[in-house]
Amino acid sequence: MMIKNKKFMRRSLTGFLIIAFAIIIILLDTETIGDDYVRRILNLGAIYAIVSVSMNLVNGFTGLFSLGQAGFMAIGAFTVAVFTVPVELREAIFYIVPQSPLVANVELPFFVALIIGGLLAALVSILIGMPVLRLKSDYLAIATLGFSEIIRIIFTNMDTITNGALGINRIPGIPTMWVTFGVAIVSIGFIVLLINSSYGRAFKAIREDDIAAEAMGINLFKHKVLSFAIGAFFAGIGGGLLASLLGTVDPKQFYFTMTYNFLLIIVLGGMGSVSGTVIASFVVTAGLEFLRFFDDSLILFGVNIPIFRPGFRMVIFSLLLMILVLFFRKGIMGQKELSWSMVEGWFKPHKNLHSKRKKDEGGTI
Amino acid sequence: MSVLKLDNVKMQFGGVVAVNNLNIEVEKGKIVALIGPNGAGKTTAFNVITGVYTPTSGDVYLNDEKITSLSPDKITKMGIARTFQNIRLFKNLTVMDNILIATHLHVKSNFLSSAIRMPWSVKEEKKMREKSEMLLGKLGLLGIKNEISSSLPYGEQRKLEIARALATDAKLLLLDEPAAGMNPHETDELTKFIRNVRDEFDLTIFMIEHHMDLVMEISEKIYVLDFGQLIAEGTADDVKNNQRVIEAYLGVEEDA
Amino acid sequence: MSFETFMQQLANGISIGSLYALIAIGYTMVYGILRLINFAHGDIFMMAAYFMVFSMINFNLPWYIAILFVFIATVALGVIIEKVAYKPLRDAPRMSIMISAIGVSFLLENLATYLFTGVPKGFPDIEFLTRAVTLGGISLSVATIITPVVTILLLLCVLFITNKTKIGMAMRAVSKDYETARLMGIKINRVISTTFVIGSGLAAVGAVLWGSKYPSVMPLMGVMPGLKCFVAAVLGGIGNTTGAVIGGFILGMGEIMLVSFLPALTGYRDAFAFIVLIIVLIVKPTGLLGEKVTDKV
Repeated sequence: MMIKNKKFMRRSLTGFLIIAFAIIIILLDTETIGDDYVRRILNLGAIYAIVSVSMNLVNGFTGLFSLGQAGFMAIGAFTVAVFTVPVELREAIFYIVPQSPLVANVELPFFVALIIGGLLAALVSILIGMPVLRLKSDYLAIATLGFSEIIRIIFTNMDTITNGALGINRIPGIPTMWVTFGVAIVSIGFIVLLINSSYGRAFKAIREDDIAAEAMGINLFKHKVLSFAIGAFFAGIGGGLLASLLGTVDPKQFYFTMTYNFLLIIVLGGMGSVSGTVIASFVVTAGLEFLRFFDDSLILFGVNIPIFRPGFRMVIFSLLLMILVLFFRKGIMGQKELSWSMVEGWFKPHKNLHSKRKKDEGGTI
Repeated sequence: MSVLKLDNVKMQFGGVVAVNNLNIEVEKGKIVALIGPNGAGKTTAFNVITGVYTPTSGDVYLNDEKITSLSPDKITKMGIARTFQNIRLFKNLTVMDNILIATHLHVKSNFLSSAIRMPWSVKEEKKMREKSEMLLGKLGLLGIKNEISSSLPYGEQRKLEIARALATDAKLLLLDEPAAGMNPHETDELTKFIRNVRDEFDLTIFMIEHHMDLVMEISEKIYVLDFGQLIAEGTADDVKNNQRVIEAYLGVEEDA
Repeated sequence: MSFETFMQQLANGISIGSLYALIAIGYTMVYGILRLINFAHGDIFMMAAYFMVFSMINFNLPWYIAILFVFIATVALGVIIEKVAYKPLRDAPRMSIMISAIGVSFLLENLATYLFTGVPKGFPDIEFLTRAVTLGGISLSVATIITPVVTILLLLCVLFITNKTKIGMAMRAVSKDYETARLMGIKINRVISTTFVIGSGLAAVGAVLWGSKYPSVMPLMGVMPGLKCFVAAVLGGIGNTTGAVIGGFILGMGEIMLVSFLPALTGYRDAFAFIVLIIVLIVKPTGLLGEKVTDKV
């Protein structure tokens, strides 16, 4: 009886939370509550969640050290930027060097451009991944860091397609919050399903012990490239959403330093936990916004405290990353996911100190 | 019929010759042991067989098919699975996951259909789980299937590693010092375990071992390696009384 | 192009190559011993440049004292970083120490932006280095000429240390087999500190010579050189000091030649190193002078 009640309780609570969440989004969306600032932070948080989870798939679950998310985001962002700006407006944007006739008249619906951006990012990741992933994973970090920089340089120089350093603006915005949150739910949902499938287990095996994984018949190269490409795809999707949210893109936005934000998020959330990453995404996004005041001068009792000036915020964040990796390596969640048993555990007093270790039953062998 | 054949295998690392002139044949259904003093090259031989190393010269055959420079995962798919000297379980994963991972190599769905839970993928996953649970049940590990593998006692970890190798559907099992660190009672249990596993799953077993009681009790053929060379082969009795084997282990008597 | 221009570019290439070589040695040595890509190395180079700016411009030290100060400060920085950020993670999973290295890099870059602002500062003019000299019809700065010389001399010093001294032998032992070296009683901490001392010291020298050639000092100035120098180390064979120097020269020369002969591709200059990396990894991952490392299973 107790068990049946428990399951029912959990199910109804979960349902209740989902409905509450949907209602909040609707209220925010219709501008009944909140203001633009809050909406923007939430949208940004959702986008960062997509990219961070995609990075965690590669780094946290497969054990590869990739630093390329910013570069893959850039590919997705520019794909959306190039193809969704209405054709009539383009001449004004590309005022120094006209847009290449190949793409000048191609206008695509947002979701089509978004998916194409993701696929392009995945394609590029396969090109980089193939030579690098055959060997020691160490080189992946440098290769992806280098690639991130190179893609930025390429976009800065491809005047006829990306408008070079000027960037592209007048990108059609996101009509409702359901776009960002919807894509986030679908993307993160897919990754969660993937992680809980046989392929996800293979990724984890590679992370745990790649030599043993190979000995159990898992083709390391194929699976590493698969994980890397899927991670790149969703980073591209995140980039496309970002382009639409901000309305403008330029190569300088996607400096490799952006990847460090995602690294901080996945370390903070726990590198083996999706729920941890999602939570950390919103925490860090909100933090980055709220802590902006660190960059403004602080005047206490008429005295200017010289510590607070531009750049202080990022120093604090980098210190945070160092403290996490030195003292709190597992982050908030470690490798565990948020679950009802975990939540219940917070409220129960520690009764069962002698948890009975299940003995193995005798087998036939 | 020989399941495994090593034909004049030589493995050289830079200036060091780890194994040389290795000629081994393992017959179907038999339990064969590879023994020798520490550093004789036994694990190197295993690594050559399983594709971790490509031999400097010579060939390896599985069921008369050449597998010499194939990658480890391909070789496992062809039917050889192994355990490791220092136990290489997937430490942070559960017992069940460790076994399930070993069934991945036969998965037919691609990652997409697997992720979005297409009906044929769901069916495949169900079959994999059933098979894994049956295996765990037979080996007496079902009750602890949700425990984290690194939290298991040593003996159970070794059992789990063997179970994991079995889950790959391999017909040739390479066991690298399965009894390492076990007391006589545990070794005795393991001896029965190995024999039963061989009978139940119709396997061929090739193992490296130092526990002589296990080796002598269970092996139908023994190969003896010393400094990378085979110095004897035969039944337990042949090897026990072989002068060179005795010298290799105990040294040569110095003339006073 | 004219002969003079070609010779000018050649000299430039050799000069840049030597600078890359100096920084690459630091990467290759740390990787050889700790199997760690010290992402912060390029930023240590950047800090050295800032130290120079401060000692000469803010504290008005004469250049020879300033260089000494910079050398000591940079070495101290390198050793402190090792003790605080890498040592505690020596037994942690590989990824943690890599994240720590990235973290240090990130921190140094942000610290520099915060303390010195992103506005480029001018590297102090060390008169005798920036003086122009005419050799065979082409005009070069003294810095350009002495850079390769200094690099070769320092390389010989490093090779002497690694091959002919006790600590050098210890370093070679640790890079071949970390665990066994430890068990044999080698003072691991001393070996590792020495490695960082050498690497950071070379980076400091590199910064002084670099600044005399490219007088613009910015918080992110170490990023590109850092990436390129790691590629140089991989090209030469990671873990091999002489290889790192050769890799540095090849990369520097290649870059300059690319820009000279194909000026249209100037914007892609930085991509050259990256292309080289991909080619090396496809064709010969162990690099020019590297040895194949087999994992013990």
